[in-house]
Amino acid sequence: MPLRAKVASSVSRTAAALSRAAGRGDGSVIGGWLGLKIDPDLLAHLSAGRAIALVSGTNGKTTTTRLAAAAVGVLGRVATNSFGANMPTGHTSALAKAGSTPYAVLEVDEHYLAQVIEATEPHVVALLNLSRDQLDRAKEVAMMAQLWRAALIRHPDIRIVANADDPMVVWAATPPASHDQRIVPPHVTWFSAGQRWHDDSWVCPECGSTIQRSGEQWWCTGCPLRRPDPQWTVDDEGVVDPTGAWYKVKLQLPGKVNVGNAATALALAAEFGVRPFDAVPRLADVTSVAGRYAQVVRDGRTVRLLLAKNPASWLEAFDMADEAPTLLSINARDPDGLDTSWLFDVDFAPLRGRQVLITGDRAYDLAVRLDVNDVPFQHVRTFDEAIQAVPPGRLEVIANYTAFQDIRAELDRVN
Amino acid sequence: MSTETLRIVWIYPDLLSTYGDRGNMLILARRARQRGFPIEVLEVRSDQALPTTADIYLIGGGEDGPQALGAQRLLADGGLHRAVAQGSVVFGVCAGYQLLGTSFFAKGTQYRGLELLDLSSDRGETRAVGELAGDIDARLGVPPLTGFENHGGRTRLGPEVSPLARVTAGIGNDGATEGAWRGKLLGTYSHGPALARNPALADLLLRWATGAQQLPPLDDTWADRLRAERRAAVAAAARP
Repeated sequence: MPLRAKVASSVSRTAAALSRAAGRGDGSVIGGWLGLKIDPDLLAHLSAGRAIALVSGTNGKTTTTRLAAAAVGVLGRVATNSFGANMPTGHTSALAKAGSTPYAVLEVDEHYLAQVIEATEPHVVALLNLSRDQLDRAKEVAMMAQLWRAALIRHPDIRIVANADDPMVVWAATPPASHDQRIVPPHVTWFSAGQRWHDDSWVCPECGSTIQRSGEQWWCTGCPLRRPDPQWTVDDEGVVDPTGAWYKVKLQLPGKVNVGNAATALALAAEFGVRPFDAVPRLADVTSVAGRYAQVVRDGRTVRLLLAKNPASWLEAFDMADEAPTLLSINARDPDGLDTSWLFDVDFAPLRGRQVLITGDRAYDLAVRLDVNDVPFQHVRTFDEAIQAVPPGRLEVIANYTAFQDIRAELDRVN
Repeated sequence: MSTETLRIVWIYPDLLSTYGDRGNMLILARRARQRGFPIEVLEVRSDQALPTTADIYLIGGGEDGPQALGAQRLLADGGLHRAVAQGSVVFGVCAGYQLLGTSFFAKGTQYRGLELLDLSSDRGETRAVGELAGDIDARLGVPPLTGFENHGGRTRLGPEVSPLARVTAGIGNDGATEGAWRGKLLGTYSHGPALARNPALADLLLRWATGAQQLPPLDDTWADRLRAERRAAVAAAARP
C-alpha cells in the first residue's frame, strides 16, 4: 500500500475509534470520510489483494450482506460493513478497520454500485431487487437498472448472482444481444428469492411492452426477456442448490424473506468455492443486523424491531411479524424521504385483527391511510405510551428509517 | 350518474402509478360507499380498451416514458374523449394532469396531449419538490389545497381553463397558480394520493359525478389533523 494510503487508513481507523468512544456514532462513516479526504483512491488501495463480493438492491442488502459474510467466513476472515453504512465512506471505514483480510463482503447503496465496482474490482456482485424507494430524491427504477447494466457491461469478468424473479434485475444482469464476438456475456448465477412487489415491473425495460405473470413465471409480451431458470431456489424452509441438493436452513431471523436472503448468501459464497453444507450452520448464528430483528424485553413486553423503508419492504415486514400487537412508526425526515404518499402503495390489510398502535412525526399520514384501509388503530405519542398500551408479551415494531433509529436509541442502541 | 351504480375507472395503473396514486381511487370509493352509493371500481391497464360509460376517471403520475406511452394509448383509444363528451368527471394528477393538456415534454421531446384542457407544459429549470399549498378557486367551495409536489414541469394555462388554486407555498404550475379545472375536469400537481389530504376535493368530484348538491358529512378527524399539521409545517418552514 502506498504511504499516503497507509496514513489515510490509519487516520480513518483512529477517527472511527474516537467517534465510537465519544458516543457520537458507531464510527462507520466518519473514518472513511476522513481517509478519503487524504487519499481519494483509498478504497481501491484497501481493496487490493482481497477477494471481494458486493451486495446491492433496494431491499434486504444489509441482512444478505451479514448472512453472506457469515457464509464466506468458512474460508477465512471477512471484512464487512455490517452497520449498513453502504456508501464508499462506509466501505473505506470497514476495510480500514478490518486490517488485512483475504475476503470482503460489502453492502452497496444501489446508486453507488458502478462507482464501487470501479474502486474495488469485485469477484462477484449480488443483485437482489429494484423497487420504488424515496422517489423525491432517488433515481427512478428503470434508470437505476440502466445504470447497473452499463456498469456490468464494462466489467464482463465479474461474476453475477442475480434474482430471477425481478424483471428489472434480470434485464440489468443481461447485456444487450450483440453480434460483436469481442463482447463476452457475463457469468450469471440466478437465484429465486421471490418478488412480493410487482408494481415497478409491469413494463418491460427493454421494449416497453407489458410483462405478464403466471405463478412464479414472468415474460415480456413484446421481446425475449423472460424469467431465467434459477439455479438456487427456496423450498420448504430450506434452500436447493444447483445440484438439486436440499439444505434445511434454520435461521434466527424471521420470515420467508430471510430464507430467500439466505439462498442469495449461499449462492454468493459458492462463487468463492464455499459449499452450502459448510456454510448453512453459520447462518444460524446471525441473530440481528444493525438492530433489525433485535429483541429487547421492556416491562414484560418482548419488543422486536423490524425496519421497513418502502412499499416492498413493508410487505416483507408483514410476512416476518408475528400476529401480535404491532406499533407502526413513520417519520419523513431527510434520510426517510420527505414524501409519505407511498403509504398508499402499501396494503395494511394483513394487520386487521391485530392491536395496532401508531406513532412518529407523520403518524397522521398513517392514520388517514389506515382509516381508508379499514384497519383500527390507536395513536400514541411516545414509545413508553405504546409499551403501556399493550399487554405483556410480544410487541412487534415496524418503523421506517429514522423512526427505527429513534426507537433503537430508546432501547439503548441494540445491535 | 349514468346508471344506478357509481363507476370509477383508474386509467393505466401499470403505467401511471408512481407514488400512492391508488389512494385517490380508494378514498373516492370509500367516501361514496359511506354515503350509501353502490359503486364499482375498475382498474384498466394500458393494453385494455377504456370503458366509456364510467362516472369518474382517475389518471395518476408517472415517469417520462410511461407518461408519453399513456398519452399515445389514450389518444389511440379515444374512450376518454367520448366519456368526457358524455359528461364524465376526470381527475388528473401530475403526469396525468399534464397529459390532459395540448402538449407536454417527456424525455426531451414534445408530445401531443389529449387536448381536453386548454394548457400546455414544458420543462422548468429546476425540479419542484416539496410541500405544495394554495387557496382553491372560491367558486369550487373547497378549503385550501395541501399536498406534496415532485415534478420538473411548468404549465401555462390557456383562457378556457381556470387555475385550481393560487399558490401559497411551492411551485404548482409556475409559482403563482396551481392546477386547472374546466367543467368536470380537474388536474393538480399535488401528486400521489392528493385526495387523502383534501377530502373536500374528493367530495367535489363525487358531487360532480352524482349531481348531488350536498353530501352528508363524514368523520374526517384524522384528515383534519393531518391538514392542520401540514399547514403548521409549511408556515414554520416559511418563517425566516
